[in-house]
Amino acid sequence: MHSFILATTVENLIKSADLWPFNQVHSGVWAALIHTTLVGLFFGLPAFVFIWAERKVAGRIQDRLGPTRVGGRFGWLQSLADGVKLIQKEDLAPDAADKMLFRLAPYIVVVSSFAAFMFLPFSQGLVAVVMDAGLFIALAVLSIEVLGIVLAGYASGSKWSLFGGMREAAQMVSYEVPLGITAVIPVVVAGTLNLGDIVEMQNGGLQNWIIFNSPFTFFAFFVFFTVTLASNKRAPFDLAEAESELVGGFHTEYSGMRWSFFFLAEYASMFFVSALAAILFLGGWWTGIPPIDNALTSMADSSVGGLYLLRVFGMKVILVKAGLMVFVQIWIRWTLPRLRIDQVMTTCLKYLVPMSCFLFLGAVLWPLILLSSFSEPRATLLDFEPIGERVPKRVLVEKELSDEVETTLLGHSTDDKLVSVHKTSGGAQ
Amino acid sequence: MTTKRNAIGILMGVELVLNGANINLVAFSNSNYGLLGIDGQIMSLFVIVLAAAEAAVALAIVLSFYNNHQTVDVDQASELQG
Amino acid sequence: MSELLFYLYALIACGAAIAVVLSQNVVRMAFWLVVSLSSVSFLFFLLGADFVGATQLLIYVGGTVVLLIFGVMLTSSGPYKTIQNSPAELALSGMIGLAFLAVISSSVFSVNWIENSYRLAGAKEHHDGEQLKFGYNDETEGNTTRSLGTALLGVRFDKDYSPEAGKHAHSHGGEEHSHHDHGEVTVSTGYLLPFEIVSVHLLVVLVGAAYLARAKRRVDVQQA
Repeated sequence: MHSFILATTVENLIKSADLWPFNQVHSGVWAALIHTTLVGLFFGLPAFVFIWAERKVAGRIQDRLGPTRVGGRFGWLQSLADGVKLIQKEDLAPDAADKMLFRLAPYIVVVSSFAAFMFLPFSQGLVAVVMDAGLFIALAVLSIEVLGIVLAGYASGSKWSLFGGMREAAQMVSYEVPLGITAVIPVVVAGTLNLGDIVEMQNGGLQNWIIFNSPFTFFAFFVFFTVTLASNKRAPFDLAEAESELVGGFHTEYSGMRWSFFFLAEYASMFFVSALAAILFLGGWWTGIPPIDNALTSMADSSVGGLYLLRVFGMKVILVKAGLMVFVQIWIRWTLPRLRIDQVMTTCLKYLVPMSCFLFLGAVLWPLILLSSFSEPRATLLDFEPIGERVPKRVLVEKELSDEVETTLLGHSTDDKLVSVHKTSGGAQ
Repeated sequence: MTTKRNAIGILMGVELVLNGANINLVAFSNSNYGLLGIDGQIMSLFVIVLAAAEAAVALAIVLSFYNNHQTVDVDQASELQG
Repeated sequence: MSELLFYLYALIACGAAIAVVLSQNVVRMAFWLVVSLSSVSFLFFLLGADFVGATQLLIYVGGTVVLLIFGVMLTSSGPYKTIQNSPAELALSGMIGLAFLAVISSSVFSVNWIENSYRLAGAKEHHDGEQLKFGYNDETEGNTTRSLGTALLGVRFDKDYSPEAGKHAHSHGGEEHSHHDHGEVTVSTGYLLPFEIVSVHLLVVLVGAAYLARAKRRVDVQQA
């Protein structure tokens, strides 16, 4: 399996300490527990904070104060009060409901949203699982959420839920297409699917951020943001929660903690896609101010304390960036009116998909245009190279080839064909 | 796949069968247990894509069937029988 | 540890597959199918095929099963329709399934795995040259994205790059990768053509499915 950075530390600690309860169980289990707790914290706390933030921001936009009673003047413990209230509610299920699926649906949604956090780097090295296809796996795991919604809509046994669930599933599934395309645009620029590496190469200043890499990536950021807004069922695409239309959509029949699971997953997903946008486009944990970044990097190289400082500071930077994006999402929700389902699908299929395809094409052709329009070859306008160019090239060992090389493709000679293979070239890279 | 009369159940059976073949391909492409190299994984990618495409078309056919017969019980599709 | 996980998830995959077949309600069948497909995806991750495992999740679970559930919703004629199978049908289908299982089991058990593992280990030494290293993990530990992508584009650098390439005595399955003694070099073909064919295939499927499932006027049963 893959290497867990924290896990190896934990394993070494446990082996060296040799305490009785801890060394009876395989140390990987303890590492997994610690990782799960940490990821769970990062999953739950942002949701906690953003639920409160939503109510405050909504209140201010609507010219009122929002929660002010629980926890002092700003009401910041409101989420806790909500949680307590929801826990003590009666856990009921409708008679016509399919009991097993009814109970299972919220868990599927929460699990898929939680699992995506495994691949999110909060700072350099602060990532639960390091996988080289991290972005792709995160998006794949997020796509399981649709299933939870559909099952919730179906298993509730009422027609409002069914309609809401199906509309919702159609929306989320259709928006996965432009999500995939616009998420791949920074990957094309960076040359790797590894989220940590994508951020590593945005080091060095504001100009290295992928959003400023080319005009195509600039617009891709906004398209990505819109698409994730729709994929998270946030306004103006929030038909599922359209209380004025569908009574509540797929979560009509849910009460108490089961209902709150849906919203926990939604706010956590909001935070996840905001953090993803920050990582992919906005420079991740680098502030973009060269003196600060260089100071941190040099401190990290020199001492362990410096590395820790870099990591913690980087985590704060990512949290601030993601928080800003979530604030923009909340702001949009309370400003724009809701779209109808046919408008939602039209936006996706007729506008966002062609837009994202065009931006993808542009982002792919951009280095080639640059290569051909400057005197010396350069792939980007600035000092920024995709990771494929940075990895040391493997050079084919130059074999001593005797006289003339007759290169054949499947036995045919290439003398008069367009394709020819040079005898000492670096070949396929 | 052979026990279901519901057309969509048959589709699910087909997915299971294709999945089994996929596991086989990927298992033999593992560097410790097989010699397929990366070819096994490419083949399984193609199988996944083609299975999804086939499920889409089969579902469209099932919808047409439903539009014409108002049921998804494939035993009712007996107009060409004997 | 990974063996334990393998057994656990293989058991879940098979159990869920059996539950798909034995389930009475179509939506529950879809749910068990999801469980089975997700555990198969986890098996892929265990085998070091990250990209394929993620594709399995994305396309099968996030796409195909949702499609199937949509089909169920659009074609159901009652809230929880159950299909009753007659015992004769069950017996016949069970026999077919068991026959198939017997064929596969006999072919699996007739292979002498211990002997072949020596051959595989021997071949593996040839195949190791230097491993290309992009990113955190090794190729064998799951960093397969780059090889897959370039192979789909027609470039097989995992075969053409090894300095041992000149010494290969036997060819690896499928590709014409022969080296002649007087210094010829051949380039492996890659999978560009199947890739393009599959793209056109998907386009055809898109158009065809949209056409087949278009809204038609429902045929009245009384007229039949």
